[in-house]
Amino acid sequence: MNDDIIRTENVTMRFGGFTALNDVTASFPNGQLTAIIGPNGAGKSTYFNVLSGAFPPSEGRLIFEGKDITGTPQHKFARLGIAKSFQITNVFPELSALENVRIAIQALEKRFDFWTPRGQLTDMEHRAADFLDLVGLHTHKLKQASNLAHGEQRALEIALALACQPRLLLLDEPTAGMSPEETMTMVDLICELASDRTVILVEHKMKLVMGISQHLIVLHHGEVLAEGKPDDIRNNDEVRRVYLGQGKH
Amino acid sequence: MNMSNLTGTITKNRVLVVFAFLLIFPFLAPYEALATDVLIYGLYALGLNLVFGYMGVLSFGHAAFFGVGAYGTGIAMVHFGVHWVPSIFIGILMAGLTAMIMGAMAIRTKGIYFAMVTLALAQCVYYIVYHMGELSGGEDGLTGVSLKTVDLGFTTLNIIREPLSKYYLVLGFVMVAIFIFSRIINSPFGSVLEAIRENENRAQACGYDVKLTKWVAFSISGLFCGLAGALSAIHLSVVPIESLHYHQSGLAVMMALLGGMGTFFGPFIGAMAFLMLEDIITTMTSHWQLFLGAIFMIFVLFFPRGIWGSILHWISRR
Ligand SMILES: Nc1ncnc2c1ncn2[C@@H]1O[C@H](COP(=O)(O)OP(=O)(O)O)[C@@H](O)[C@H]1O
Ligand SMILES: [Mg+2]
Repeated sequence: MNDDIIRTENVTMRFGGFTALNDVTASFPNGQLTAIIGPNGAGKSTYFNVLSGAFPPSEGRLIFEGKDITGTPQHKFARLGIAKSFQITNVFPELSALENVRIAIQALEKRFDFWTPRGQLTDMEHRAADFLDLVGLHTHKLKQASNLAHGEQRALEIALALACQPRLLLLDEPTAGMSPEETMTMVDLICELASDRTVILVEHKMKLVMGISQHLIVLHHGEVLAEGKPDDIRNNDEVRRVYLGQGKH
Repeated sequence: MNMSNLTGTITKNRVLVVFAFLLIFPFLAPYEALATDVLIYGLYALGLNLVFGYMGVLSFGHAAFFGVGAYGTGIAMVHFGVHWVPSIFIGILMAGLTAMIMGAMAIRTKGIYFAMVTLALAQCVYYIVYHMGELSGGEDGLTGVSLKTVDLGFTTLNIIREPLSKYYLVLGFVMVAIFIFSRIINSPFGSVLEAIRENENRAQACGYDVKLTKWVAFSISGLFCGLAGALSAIHLSVVPIESLHYHQSGLAVMMALLGGMGTFFGPFIGAMAFLMLEDIITTMTSHWQLFLGAIFMIFVLFFPRGIWGSILHWISRR
């Protein structure tokens, strides 16, 4: 075994004639928080979707824990141990926060149980409540997801991802659209989560990411512009040019 | 006890509530045969509601399951002399098989395309049965599905002479189906259906095989509609070719919408409202379709939750 949890080999992703990712080879160290950064339109979300199984790449391979998982259907990723939170909030809006997470837990245990009454699923409910505690939603268990504030929905989204007990957690711009206070809370949560699992974080705010990540991959025009430790990236001339040329973030 | 406690109690004991109501229903309905129709169509709309209301997938092809259930039962009885009880199960199984095949083809598509594909596939079933004239009776339908008496051991029901006996015979089957249905929607599988309705993408990301789940739900739905068809064959003693027509598919959709899709009582309330209105209005005018259209428009525009859905909503907001 090597110490990369996941890597892509020569991954290319095309949408019609447009190449959103071009020959991306990169690896993500086990147990670390790696951030994928780059300006808007760089291909971060596309890359994220390849890593999380939503898009099978047009070319290239995806290797998780040494196994080639290219083309594995999306629903099997959660069972492999890869979970994600989406850039756009993606929860079950009319269900309670608790039921949201309980359903996510159930996905690993009872997918085709037609007979057990839901009232007997208290064990799952307890575990769901624990995940809500972890992301700071313990006071909102019975609230309908669509009635939660934006930041709370983002937190719920992360609880949904955690519910499949992933070894690899993928987060796409978890602070998108958040107030500064909400962002601080979220950053704390991400650091906490990263302390005992591998996390890949997509973010276009370079400042936010520099302080918390151990490894960085910079995308630009669908290609890897730079890769390395935060200090190396900070001092990389090309990265500075891309970010300064693009305006403030 | 306030109103939302009351609805809570009703929901918790929903099978008993339905049972109690259906036991006395023939004495409230204008006549027994109409009450039996309500049972059969309520069950039919209930079956559709599993995919339409609970999973959020609109099918316009459920007549295929109703019709195949009816023809399967009828053909087994008329042409093969099979006893009526196993005949009903033959009808159910054939409907389930039809649903498995149609579902396998249709689940590749979503939304309106799913509705269109199921409609087209159900039309194929219509033409196949239509052209199997020797077995199905073609456009005249299948006649002679006669069940005159049912020996219960302690007593014999003369179901031709006594419409009330026939009602309770049908009710026996419908109650078992309602009990099973209630268990299914209250099971973990039931919550997966809700998850798919709420957010298919998220359900997929959580690890649910959405296509497989849809196919299974569609097939189960076909079993319930197949039973409804089988019971209708016994109730009417004939299977008209219209039971496979797309009008028949539309009926289930309308009844579910009218009563309240995705609610437990909705399909039965919808079937009851529909059939009783039809019964009253057709005695007054031949323009029932016009009234139906108007009633339907009013519901779609002003009460999109349907009768029972609106009541539940109104109570929960007080
Ligand atoms: N499904 C899609 N179809 C067509 N083009 C897409 C699709 N998804 C992304 N793109 C294009 O790929 C490029 C990269 O997009 P994206 O990965 O979302 O960038 P980022 O997340 O870095 O802002 C953009 O130019 C975008 O328009
Ligand atoms: Mg993006």
